[in-house]
Amino acid sequence: MGKTLFDKVWDMHAVRELPSGQTQLFIGLHLLHEVTSPQAFQMLREKGLKCAYPHRTFATVDHIVPTECQDRPFADDLAEEMMQAIENNTKEFDVKFFNFATGQQGVIHVIAPELGLTQPGMTVACGDSHTATHGAFGAISFGVGTTQIRDILATQTMAFNRLKVRRIQVNGQLQKGVYAKDVILHIIRKLGVNGGLGFAYEFGGDVIDRMSMEERLTICNMAIEGGARVGYINPDKTTVEYLRNKPYAPKGKDFDKASEWWLSLASDQDAVYADEVSFDGSGIEPAVAWGINPAQTVGVSESLPQPEEAPEESKAILNEAYQYTSYEPGKPVTNIPVDVAFIGSCTNGRLSDLRDAAQVVKGRKKAKSVKAIVVPGSQQVLREAEKEGLHNIFMEAGFEWRKAGCSMCLAMNPDKLSGRQISASSSNRNFIGRQGSPVGRTMLMSAAMVAAAAIEGHVTDVRKFVD
Amino acid sequence: MNNIINKIRGKAVPVAGNDIDTDRIMPARYLRCVTFEKIGQYTFQDERFDEKGKPKDHPFNDPVYQDARVLVVGKNFGCGSSREHAPQGILRWGIQAIIGESFAEIFAGNCTSIGLPVVTAGESATAKIMAYVRQNPGAEVEVDLEKKNVSYGDTTVNVDIKESSQKMFLEGTWDSAATLMSAKDKIAETANKIPYLNW
Repeated sequence: MGKTLFDKVWDMHAVRELPSGQTQLFIGLHLLHEVTSPQAFQMLREKGLKCAYPHRTFATVDHIVPTECQDRPFADDLAEEMMQAIENNTKEFDVKFFNFATGQQGVIHVIAPELGLTQPGMTVACGDSHTATHGAFGAISFGVGTTQIRDILATQTMAFNRLKVRRIQVNGQLQKGVYAKDVILHIIRKLGVNGGLGFAYEFGGDVIDRMSMEERLTICNMAIEGGARVGYINPDKTTVEYLRNKPYAPKGKDFDKASEWWLSLASDQDAVYADEVSFDGSGIEPAVAWGINPAQTVGVSESLPQPEEAPEESKAILNEAYQYTSYEPGKPVTNIPVDVAFIGSCTNGRLSDLRDAAQVVKGRKKAKSVKAIVVPGSQQVLREAEKEGLHNIFMEAGFEWRKAGCSMCLAMNPDKLSGRQISASSSNRNFIGRQGSPVGRTMLMSAAMVAAAAIEGHVTDVRKFVD
Repeated sequence: MNNIINKIRGKAVPVAGNDIDTDRIMPARYLRCVTFEKIGQYTFQDERFDEKGKPKDHPFNDPVYQDARVLVVGKNFGCGSSREHAPQGILRWGIQAIIGESFAEIFAGNCTSIGLPVVTAGESATAKIMAYVRQNPGAEVEVDLEKKNVSYGDTTVNVDIKESSQKMFLEGTWDSAATLMSAKDKIAETANKIPYLNW
């Protein structure tokens, strides 16, 4: 009987079975940021512990950084305190810290792939639920809490329950103007926000096979929004070529040896899955997650759902969404006006996302009523985008061009909604209050759809801009 | 061992609704801190107070539930962000066990690792417990981790808890650091066999 990639990677990293029945799992790559780690370092100090494998941990700063003025000390005292904490902690515990001066700072899930830190076959953990992102390389990658960060720092292992694997196939041909973001929102819409509980999602099929690494990162990034702690894609030629010449990837002959091993990790043809689902990619429209969770998604040509026609189990949350948003059931989603447009985040803050958005924006102007910001996912994305002149395209259209960080995805920094503002956002969560105003409203969509909404001042179909 | 947790008895506070995410439990702005110490007071902050700081109608504001030890919730509680600040806030508010229809995975794992048991009851059982604690504010509920049941009034219903978590609570080994560290040699042995660690 064949094995899935999940099984192969899991078994290789299993240290032992714990008395509780959990597995003690070796973590090959541990990523850190400033928000969830300070308490973990404090716990180490209190117990008099050291970092067991300091060179397997890499840190950056992303959540709290301002994206306008990054001069120190930060204007926000609490943000400055957290910045100093991660500077001191990484120094004291001998952990590599990608700060501003390195030119490699950025959203942790953007920088680890672009530096070649994330590689196939690794177990990757980070105190951040969007760690699933790194599964795009064929790694088993998941978010953990602060106490588990402590465990990983102290032992490079953690206790984990084995997951079942659901194979999700997307076949067919995507329409022009339909992006990876639309595919994953469509999947979450169909399988629900808790459909993935207990599962790792293995994404495959010819739509996924044809995707670039950056698109695959977008897909895996949102596995957690479907309840799956892990999402991954089997490594193939695209994966190998992406890693060639990346700073932390093996070089020369070592690279060839590594590639061979990476490719061997893909799920076997006769692997057995706990569940299999498939979708027709050609039927997927540009998507808008209009409600209060990412499953409350419609295609851009659709109207908002009628609660009375909704399945029984989703009625209550649908009514809650209408109560919170004040939108009207049955109205076309394109009627919804937009006050703020946000392009960025670990979901859609990579170079290809900025290119897609710039293609829509080029030669046009944003609507006067819209505040539009573009936040590159990393300093490297920013440099490359500027080399291509993307920043000029955005600025000429009236968009603000910012510095790298998490920005408005979660509003732990100065970028946030105010009052009842409605945002079109390329991020990953439209939860109540997510973007910083307890009564603000968020609609998730692809970076190109956000750009189109910024231009028209309301939700609109990006397909008319890209044909 | 003083880490053993087998029974939690106390007043129960109901927080109805499904898919209550960790942003709602602990809004992001309260994550700007380097310790968990003061975080309990911010639990459900934006659900409890409006923008002007005026208290809203929320069970955590209701005087009758102030010293509750058991929290009763719906489906997929704790979804979203992995922030341990959410369960830490709940724990520091005084909650010692959570009963719900289902829990998001990272949240449930975080709860176990800080000694806060979460147990799941079926849809109708959860609804009944919820109804009971709403109709009898201040009534006590008992969660028995060994027998895997919840008792209230004159009713006892079976609940589930992940086997590994149950074991860790009953044996007092939920604080995982010591257990993990005891395998130092096996950890090194495993690391030696992982190809990419030896390139």
